[in-house]
Order: sequence, then structure tokens, then C-alpha cells
Amino acid sequence: MALFEIRGLTRDFGGVRAIDGLDLDVDDGEIVSVIGPNGAGKTTLFNLVTGMVPAEQGEILFEGRSVVGLRPSQILELGIARTFQSVRLFPEMSVRENVMVARHCRTRSGMLKAIFRTPSFRREEEETRQRAEQALAFFGSRLVGWRFDTPARSLSYANRRRLELARAMASDPKLLLLDEPTAGMNPRETQELTELIRRLRDETGVTIVLIEHDMRVVKGVSERVVVLDYGQKIAEGPYADVASNDRVIEAYLGRAATSA
Amino acid sequence: MAEPTVAIEVPVAAGGDLLPARQVDVWRAVRLGLVGGLTAAFMSANGMVEAFSERALLGGETLGSLLLVAVPLLAGYLAGRPPPVLQGFATPRPGWRNVAGGLLAGLLSGVVMAVFVSLIATFDVRRVLLNVTPELVREAPRLLTFGLEPGAGLVLVLALNAVLGAVAGTLHLLRERWRRAVLAAALWILAFAMLQPVIVQVLRGIQAELRIWTAPLTDFLYEPGGALSVPGAVAVGAVAFGIHALLTREGRRPVRARLEPLPDRSRRLLRLAVLAGLLFVLGLLPQVLGPFLSEVLNIAGIFLLMALGLNIVVGFAGLLDLGYVAFFAVGAYVTALLTSPQSSLGVGWIFWAAVPFVVLAAAVSGLVVGTPVLRMRGDYLAIVTLGFGEIARLLFLSDWLKPTFGGAQGIIRVRDITLGPIEIEGPQAFFYVIFFFVLLATYVTYALQDSRIGRAWMAMREDEAVAEAMGVNIVTAKLSAFIAGAMLAGFGGALFATKIGSVFPHSFNVIVSITVLVVIIVGGMASVPGVVLASFVLVGLPELLREFEEYRFLIYGALLIFMMQRRPEGFIPSRRRAQELHEEEVTQDAWPRTQATVRQEAGPAGDGRSETS
Repeated sequence: MALFEIRGLTRDFGGVRAIDGLDLDVDDGEIVSVIGPNGAGKTTLFNLVTGMVPAEQGEILFEGRSVVGLRPSQILELGIARTFQSVRLFPEMSVRENVMVARHCRTRSGMLKAIFRTPSFRREEEETRQRAEQALAFFGSRLVGWRFDTPARSLSYANRRRLELARAMASDPKLLLLDEPTAGMNPRETQELTELIRRLRDETGVTIVLIEHDMRVVKGVSERVVVLDYGQKIAEGPYADVASNDRVIEAYLGRAATSA
Repeated sequence: MAEPTVAIEVPVAAGGDLLPARQVDVWRAVRLGLVGGLTAAFMSANGMVEAFSERALLGGETLGSLLLVAVPLLAGYLAGRPPPVLQGFATPRPGWRNVAGGLLAGLLSGVVMAVFVSLIATFDVRRVLLNVTPELVREAPRLLTFGLEPGAGLVLVLALNAVLGAVAGTLHLLRERWRRAVLAAALWILAFAMLQPVIVQVLRGIQAELRIWTAPLTDFLYEPGGALSVPGAVAVGAVAFGIHALLTREGRRPVRARLEPLPDRSRRLLRLAVLAGLLFVLGLLPQVLGPFLSEVLNIAGIFLLMALGLNIVVGFAGLLDLGYVAFFAVGAYVTALLTSPQSSLGVGWIFWAAVPFVVLAAAVSGLVVGTPVLRMRGDYLAIVTLGFGEIARLLFLSDWLKPTFGGAQGIIRVRDITLGPIEIEGPQAFFYVIFFFVLLATYVTYALQDSRIGRAWMAMREDEAVAEAMGVNIVTAKLSAFIAGAMLAGFGGALFATKIGSVFPHSFNVIVSITVLVVIIVGGMASVPGVVLASFVLVGLPELLREFEEYRFLIYGALLIFMMQRRPEGFIPSRRRAQELHEEEVTQDAWPRTQATVRQEAGPAGDGRSETS
């Protein structure tokens, strides 16, 4: 059984059908790229899966359990974490605090424990901090040390993307949804992040689904590529097959003039 | 250690390449002068000058004339200030331009005032400007010309304003350190003159409590009429100047830095000594301050409790609540119901037995307000909570609930707080109770800020949708913020009820909510020290300076506009907000600072530079 299954998922925005009867399976430990032209419904797919936009029809099963109708926080707790296309951090909180927030659903202390500073609260707080620093340390020396305490908004663009990824990882996800993780990065940073995504999967065993426009990244990292157009899956398979698929080329470049 | 070499080109070499210094701006001086003159005219027209002329301030001068004198001084000081030095520009050398700028601004403010004075002297402006005070019109405007006839008076106003403006501008010729020392001296003199009742009472209190003979000092500082004497003012100014100059002398290291090298043991001892000293001062404080000042402190303390609570709701969680007074009212009424023998329940419990019920009732009311507004944000939330605040007041006032809450008659004979056999009576004893609760609230605020729930609140404030996607349960987080805030306000209400001894619905109008909100905005959102300072300045000071009572909200308004323009992060901002709000103000001061950090970064770690942003 697949870790994650989508059956007949549909979502309209006004008269526009953003996702149209989509079926998708993702196996445990896979790295899957979702590609497609602008407006193909890729980000909507992520929004539906994480519960930020309610699904209208269809089923989303995670580990055999339906997540449709759950709140985003509950879905994160089940183990689906995401990053955003336009980086969305908590700008005024420190780098470390940003990541610590993601541990919210894995910790339990309430207000009373916080006020009385019980031993269990202290232990949990220490654990949260360590876990957050560990997640940040995944990116080498970029986000550690004195950067722990700087506000997130003072980071460079690439570091903000890294921080967002660290935040998602800190919630111990089983499925990680990355929305254009390399957008706005220079070629070297892109290369580095591509390697990092692979390493992330190898070390933690997390399943990764990423939306990506940079075909070098798609080629370099994904084991399977899914192509969306107008909310429908038009192709699926290894990169080489998909890249030579006629419907995919058509979706990206338009119909050939002769066939009109 | 070798100097780490960094390949950063300083864009402009220090030398001839600098652009010419930007000089004092004439138009700015004109603008400041006109605005200052209009302000002075406005203050005269709305009666502030007249009202404040009752209060002797310094030597023979009154607070009223101080207002008039302050305008050219301020306008001159601001107009003479050199513009901020931008990167690449030379630093201007102070010179006659600073003085001239001040002179111009002062003169213009004088011109506006002169026009205003001749207007009053010639026409019956009272038909048009209804609020021009009778005193101004009847006496001809002697009040504004320092007692002279309009003819000579006008010349005096013009000359005086110009001279004062120039004097203020001249301050910029001094080196920064001396200029600041002069300003400090002026501020001290002003504070000693304005706070005369407080200082006299403190000196008297010290004499009574500690047997330190302070009467001669009082006589030296103040004249019998309550004004600061001239020798007193000189002494205060000299002391302030000296202290400031000493504290800023070159090569002086900050206290913290000098404490660092001390061994742990002595530092612990020092900390204990400071703590003991503080406790000693606090223990004596209400005795030294006397009943009236203690009462003022108590009022400020109750508002501080509320402000700390609202700080959780607005500052941490970002939920703008304009009906916060509802929770205050709930706390007060529950206390009154349970402790007053004349309430509808008539049980007449002691205060401490009522406390758990206050907490419970406040929490429930937090839930009641919080639940329907869960899906609302920003402006909508503000309006709805405003409605809730009014609903609460009207319910307590209503005939429908009159059997329970007593309608407009309220509930009287609320019992005093008892501590075992001791009855806590009078403001001086009450101070300790308030202090205890304030300390508790401060601790709770800090504890919550640095915890799982505190981080959830802040994440929610920054971006609600993302917070939810990152696992924060928005429902729980919002409700818990409302409940925590409501509890602190409930405590405030409980103390308020026992302090006053009765509760009436009219004590809980929307002005209370607004005042508390102003306190946290002016003090600094999410900053506990800021909130503490602001509640003393905004709630305590007006109680002391009774002359201002009539103009309290005018001054609040002016202060708010000023703060929003110039210091939107508050008096004592939480560190991060300050950075965010002043990010774009790049002055030359900031440039070397950034260079220093870049060097640090690039030093041992080395790879800090490898990324481009």
C-alpha cells in the first residue's frame, strides 16, 4: 500500500476547475516531482493535501487514513509538512523560535506548566530547543551559532528558504511537500539544495514531493515525475520518459502548428 | 592575531571624494517655526495657558509662561539640528547656520503668536473662536505678552522667541556629550519643578521615616508658593550636568562590562545586595510617599495589571481587543458579589475566598468573548470586541439584572482584604497587595512569553495561516490568549473593587479599554518594561498633575500622533520591533556598525560570506 493516495480529487475556484479528478500515489521513501505549466494546479494540490483549502470531492488518504476535513494542524501532526512558494516565515521571531514552533504539535505543555516551570516543562523545552538546533544544523554552519537568535527577517533569501525547510523538517514529517524549494536561488545554491534534498531522504527516510520549475533539479533529484495540466495528470514516470512525452511538450510549448 | 583581511570595498574613500555636507534646511526651519507658532496659538486659544498660569513653577514664572517659552525653544532646537549624515556625504561642521536656523524658527513662531495676539486685541474673536478663554479677551492678551501692553508686548514676544530659538540652535555648536548634558540639566530642572508635590512629600517622608533631616533641603529647593527657587534650579541643573558628564566621560565602561570579570561569588553577593536594597526601598516606599502618592501608585498599578493582560492578547497574540474593560468589570463585580454583605448574594466572604471565583469567572468570560470571534481578524475583531465591552457594561447597568448587580446603584460595602487577623486598610497597606499581584503578573507574562504557548501566540500574530499549517491549533491558541488576558484583567477588577469599596457600572466604560490600549502602544507592544513605564507616565502622572486633568485626552492624542510618527515601537520597545520599524533609516552611524559585524562574521567562520543574498 502506498504511503499517500489521492483518488478523484476535485476543487473549483469560481468557474475555474483548479484540480480535476486527480489520482496520485506516492510510495514510502520516494522523491516525486510535480511539474506543469503555470496555473496547472500544483500549489492548489499542496493546499488541498495540507488542509489549507478544503477539498470538495475525492479522497486523500495518508497511511490509509483520510485527511479530508481535518484542520491543517491535525494534518501536520499526522506527518505531512510543507514549505511555501513565497517563503512564509514568522519574520519577527528568531531563527530558532521559528523552528521551535513546528514542534508545537509534538509537545504538550500547557499554560499552567509554563507558569510553574515544572520539571517536565523544562525537559520538554530543552528537547524542543535541541531538536530545533539539530534541524538547523542540517544546513551546515549557515543557520547556527549567532544566527539562532537573529530575527528571521534579517536572513538572506536563500537562508530564508533553508529556514523554512528546517522548520518543516523539525515537525518530524513522514511526507514533506516542497513548493519550489529552489526558486530565486543561484545555480550553486540550487545544486547544493538538490544534493541536500536527496541526503535528507536518505538520512531520515522521509518521503518528498516537490513542485519545481528548474528542470535540472527535477532531473537531478526525482525518481518519478508527475505532470499536471489544467488540474489533470497528463503524464507520469521517470524523467527521461516524461521529458519526451508528446502531451508534456504540448502542454509546455503549445500545440504544433501543423496539427491545427 | 593577524588582522583578518576582507575583500570589501568601502564605496567612498574617506577624503576629498565626499559630497558636500548637507546643511541646515531653511524650509524645514520655516515649517517648524510656523507649526510651533500655531501650536502656541492653539494652546492659548483652548485655555491651556490660562489654566496653567495658576501654577507657580520656577521663581516668579508660571507653568503657563513655560508653555509659551517652550515653543520657540523646541522649534529652535529642532530647526538648528543638522540633518542626518548620509553615507557618502561629509559631516557638516557646526556653525552659524545652526544658530540661524534656530533663530528663524523662533522668530517665525513669534510672528505667528504676534499675529494671534493682535487679532485678539483688535477684534472680538470670541464670536468666532468660542473656546478662546475669557481671561485672554477681557484683560487684552496680557497673559501672552508676559504682562505688557499689546504694543510693547508684541515686540517682546518677537524678540524673546527669536532669542530663545537662537539659543536653542546654539546648543548644536556644543559637542554631543556637552549638549546632552545641558539637555539633561534642563530636563531635571523641569522635572523638579513639575513634580514639586511629589518631591516635597518624599523629602518629608524620608524625614519622618528615616530621621534624616531633609527640611532645609526642601526650603532651599522650593519657595513657599510651591515654585522651584532660582538657587534650587541652579543647584539641580548643576548636579544633573555633573552626573551626566561623569557618566559619559571617555573611557568609561558600562557597569555590566565592569561586573563581568568579577568572580562568581562576588557577583552573587552583589546581586543579593541589590535585591535587598530594592526590597528595603519598596518596603518603605508607601510610608515615605504618604497616602496620596500611594493611592496614585495603586491606581497606576491596577492599570498596569490590565495592561500586562492586554499585552498578552494584543502584543503577543496580535488580537486587537477594544472591549477589554469587560473582563475588568467581571472581576470587580464577582468580587463585590461575593464579599459585600449587602450584595444580592449577601455571603460577605473574605477576599481570598472570592479569588478562585474571580479567576473562574474571568476565564469563562474570556471563553464567551473568544469563541464567537475565532474566525475574525484585525479590524473586524476590534469592532466586535468593542461591542462586547459595551454589552458587558450595559448588562451590569440594566434593569433586567438589577436584582443581581444593583443596576446604576451598583454594589457597595465591598470588604477590605484581610491577611489573617490584619485588615488591609488605606492606600499605603494596599500598595503591598497591588505590588504582589503586579509582580505575579509580570512573572506570568515572562513565563508565558518563553514557552510553547507563547511561541504559538507569536506565530499566530505573525501569520495565522502558516501558524496553523505548522501545527499550531489556532482555536486553542486564541482562546488561551483571551483567557490569560481576561484573568489578569479580572485580578485588576477584583483589586479595584476592594480598593474603592464599591462598584458602579459607569466605572467600566470604553475609555478604560482605550487607556489600557494607549498604555501598551505608547510603552511598546510586547515589551514588559515599556508597559510598566507607560502605565506610570500615562495613568500615574495625570493623577499627580491635576492642572492637566482637563487636557488629559488632548495630550494623550498629541502623544499618540507623535509616537506613531516618530517612535511607532513605543518608549521601550521589545528589541525586535525597533529594528523592524527603523530599518530604512540608514545613517552614517549605521554604516560603520554594519562594517564591524561583517568583519566579525567573516573572521573565524570565514564561510559567512560565501552566500549572496
